[in-house]
Order: sequence, then C-alpha cells, then structure tokens
Amino acid sequence: MSRALTIGRIGPGVTLQDEGRAGYLGFGLSRGGAADRLALAEGAALLGQGRDLAVLEMAGMGGDFTAGADLRIALTGAPMQATLDGAALAWNASHAMPKGAVLSIGGARMGSYGYLHVGGGFDAPKRLGARGAHLAAGLGAPLEQGARLDTGAETGDQTGLTLDPGERFGGGTIRMVESFQTALFPQDQVERFTATEFRRGARGNRMGVPLEQEGAGFTLEGGRNVLSDVVVPGDIQMTGDGTPYVLLAECQTTGGYPRIGTVLPCDMPRLVQAGPGAPLRFAFVTLDEAVELEREAARHVETMGKRLSPLLRDPQRMGDLLSYDLISGVSAGDTHKH
Amino acid sequence: MEQETAEPPIIRSVGVDGMLVSFADRLSEPANRAALALSAALEREAWDGVEEVSSSLVSSFVRFDPLYLSHAGLREKLELLVESRDWRAAALPGGRRLWHIPTVFGTELAPQLGQAAEAAGMSEAEAIASLSGARVRVQAIGFAPGQPYLGELPAPWDIPRQSNLTKRIPEGALAVAIRQMVLFSVSTPTGWQHVGQTAIRLFQPEAEQPFLLRPGDEAQFTPVDAETLESMRRDPHGGAESEPIR
Repeated sequence: MSRALTIGRIGPGVTLQDEGRAGYLGFGLSRGGAADRLALAEGAALLGQGRDLAVLEMAGMGGDFTAGADLRIALTGAPMQATLDGAALAWNASHAMPKGAVLSIGGARMGSYGYLHVGGGFDAPKRLGARGAHLAAGLGAPLEQGARLDTGAETGDQTGLTLDPGERFGGGTIRMVESFQTALFPQDQVERFTATEFRRGARGNRMGVPLEQEGAGFTLEGGRNVLSDVVVPGDIQMTGDGTPYVLLAECQTTGGYPRIGTVLPCDMPRLVQAGPGAPLRFAFVTLDEAVELEREAARHVETMGKRLSPLLRDPQRMGDLLSYDLISGVSAGDTHKH
Repeated sequence: MEQETAEPPIIRSVGVDGMLVSFADRLSEPANRAALALSAALEREAWDGVEEVSSSLVSSFVRFDPLYLSHAGLREKLELLVESRDWRAAALPGGRRLWHIPTVFGTELAPQLGQAAEAAGMSEAEAIASLSGARVRVQAIGFAPGQPYLGELPAPWDIPRQSNLTKRIPEGALAVAIRQMVLFSVSTPTGWQHVGQTAIRLFQPEAEQPFLLRPGDEAQFTPVDAETLESMRRDPHGGAESEPIR
C-alpha cells in the first residue's frame, strides 16, 4: 500500500517546498524554500512533526488530491476553499484524510500562498541537499496532473487541532532596516518611499514582487552604474524604471540595482502573503530593534505548539460542523495504522 | 581608481543577519583579490554563529545568527581579522584554470553586439577583436547558479546597463556592461547587453561538480560560427576546454 497522494486537477503554481538550500550563496544559488516560512512552522506544529519536512506550496490556487492511504494533513498559509469528499474543511487546522478520500482545494480567499502538509512530510529525492523546487535555478518544476507524491514515515497521530495564523494576509506596515545602499538614495526619495502607500503588484513570483503606486518612480543618479554586490531576501531594489521590487526566497544572490532597505525576516511572511492589490507601507527600525523583533518572532515559533487548540464547533456553521464531526470522528479512532 | 587601494575596508550590515566587508566601491584587481582571500579565510575560521560566507566582486559576505552572535561581536572579530594582514596583496586561490569558450559574436544569436560596440566607440569587427582578445578572470560567482562576473575589460567597455530590461536572455549568453562580462547560466531578464552566445552549461545540478567555474578561473572567448556552436551543444561543456594555470 502506497502512502501517496495523487494529484488530479492542479493550479499552475503548486510546488514542493521546504526550508531551502543554505550554503550555496558563493555559487550563485539562493536559499529558496517556502515563500512563507511561518507556514512551515505552523504545519509542523499542527501535525506535531519537524519543520524541515517538505510541504506543498500553492500559489493562489490549489488542486484535487486523492489519498492512497490513511493520512494526516494540515492546511496553513493563505486561507483557501477546501473540502474533503465534498464536506467543508477548516483552514489553519489539521485533519485526518482517510484512504481514498478526495481533498479539493480551490482559490485563495485572501493572501497569496496556501500550504498543504502531510504527516511524515512529502518524500522526494533531495537535490543539492533539499527537496524544494527552486524554479529560478531550474531545480524542480510546478507539479502536474497525475503526479504521485510519496509521503515519509508517519511519526504522530494528532488531528483536529487549529492554530491562529495572526493578521498576515491583508498587507499593512512592513518593517525594514537600512541597506548598505540606502545612503545612495537622496534623502527626499527615502522619505517619499516611507510616506507612500504601495499596493502589492499582481505580477510577483517566488523571486520577487513589484510594489505599485501612482507617483513617480524612485530613481537615483548613476543607479545603472552601481557595482553588483550581495543581495539578500527582503531587499527592496529599484529597477531601472524606478519600480521597487521586494526580493523573495528565490532571489538572485548578487545584483546591481540599488537597494533602499531590507525587510525584516519576521515581517516577510506578511509581505509575501499580501494578496495582489493589498496595501503595503514600509517603516525603518534600527538594527537593535530588528534583532529584538527577530528574537520575539523566534520565541513565537518555538512556543507555537502550546497555542494549538481543538477545532471549535461553531453553532452558526452547522454544515461545517457535520464535516468537523466526521473528521474528528475518524481522528478519534485508530488512524495510526500502517 | 588607484587611490582607493589605500582606503581601509568598510564593514556594513546587510539586512538583519548579514555583514559585508568591502574593499572598494569600484571594481579593481586588488580589491577583488582581497575579497576572494578574506572569504577563504572566513571559511577557515568557521566562527560560532556564522552560517555562511560568500564572496562578491570586491566584498566578503557573512551570514550569521544575530540571536546568537551580536552585530557588535561579529564586527569586532571582522575588524581584527581584516587588520591582521594586507588582503589586497594576497595570492589568488589555488587550482585555477584557464577556459577557452567557443562563442558566436553578434548575428541573430547575440543581437546587441552592434549597439554595445557603438556605446564603446568601436566598429563591430573592433568589438569582436577586443572582446575575444581579452583574457578575463572570474571575479565572482553570483546572481544565478554558477554564473560568473568576468573582468576586467579594456576601458572603452565602461558602458552602463540598459534602463529597459531585455525580457529573456538565453542560457549561455555573453553580455557586457561596466567593463565586465556576464556569462548567463539561466534564462532571465537582464539589463546587460547581449554580445555573444555560447553553448556552455554552467550549472548542472545532477553532475558531481554542479558548478563549472570557480572564482579565480580565467576565460577567453574564441569566435566561432553558428554552425560550429550548434555542433557543440551536445557536449555538456559546450565545447569549452580548460587548462590549469600554473
């Protein structure tokens, strides 16, 4: 019996992801990995397993998946329409998925990237130390209809749990630190940047997202002659026409477009998850403040398991309630056999 | 450019978890040599809390865990190491190779030779002679997997990148700007001007050595015609051959 998930209908931007490949910056290969790293931690907490396991990242749209064995799943990141054999399924939660059941995941209701986690993680050959696709580098590719995804050895049995994802799907104010190139920009351009309300552009991908606004672009004298130097995820670079791009997990490792600031790693999930058109503002914090914010964020991740709660039965949503009962009923039984 | 070699290296933070030691703000041979040598030394030091080291054209980059190693603490260690010797006078990395890379200059395969030559104040024939005659060094690998920045080209090639991006430059493309060449390892948008086309594959994830070139290697681009290049596409190195530099 294969502990696999078979893909039926599938959206165009579904890839296997994990924590990415650290250690290849000197060879020009950026780390890559899940666009929303916080979602990796949430799925791991919901299923009581490691954060290093591979998951499915779904850009804007999911697909249909059939279980080849009794599996446990968790759904995190951008909330999407989801049903299991036609019954509505709660997002930000873990569920049992019995053998033969069909999980159907539609479009994102808000945010950008949804995640499907399985007990044991998805098993695929590692390439350069990781399983995740790095599309910009030509490592792996979006998944296609008919593909069969093997899962790793199951190590837990908890399901029917939920976790509050916080406010991270509607944009807002994103904190950044000064880049080593911020000083290349005239002061008035920097001030205008932090005073501007941007919208997340629709064209973004795993390399970066454009920031749109009505006013003039952000340009600087001699910007096209800046020597290429190291680029990191979170860098906000100004392309030739003055459109800011926030660079993401699959960004280039070096580049010549000047950077006006660098988004804090702990604010990247909120930036990445801002759906097309979501409002975004940017505010500088000091390096010391940034380190403290990172420390808080790390603590938040470490203590995530303590904030799990059982899926509540909301009397307002009787239809859903039946599906929750069905699912938790399965999970209360012996789902852990293989 | 010469007076910069006297300036002390500057240490700046990169994002929240990076630190950069820069030996110059313009490209120079001593600054590139210094960056390569300091990065190699940082690899050997393997300080607690340092997660990754890489080298760019004139800088060494350290990625670290700021929750474990403070910015002040890392800066102090870097300052001590930087002051411990004259990095600009350091030897180049060992095991360097000279690569001969067959290249079609111009034609529809590399459509920006004409405009790049004009920007450099040359005829197309002069541009081909200048570019193929230059023996350039891999100053850094970066941007995309295995992709080299090559230099330094003669002074007329100090031409800016384009303000309008080329939508897709193909894998193996040779492009110029600011006295450098980039040999593209993936198909990507770019502001560099496409003057030559090769069949080289710089990143082969399944190979034992996934990255073909190393910083410090040197390269020369030999003119060939389109038919010759096409016949070289079956070779994983695209007809490129290397010899050790002694």
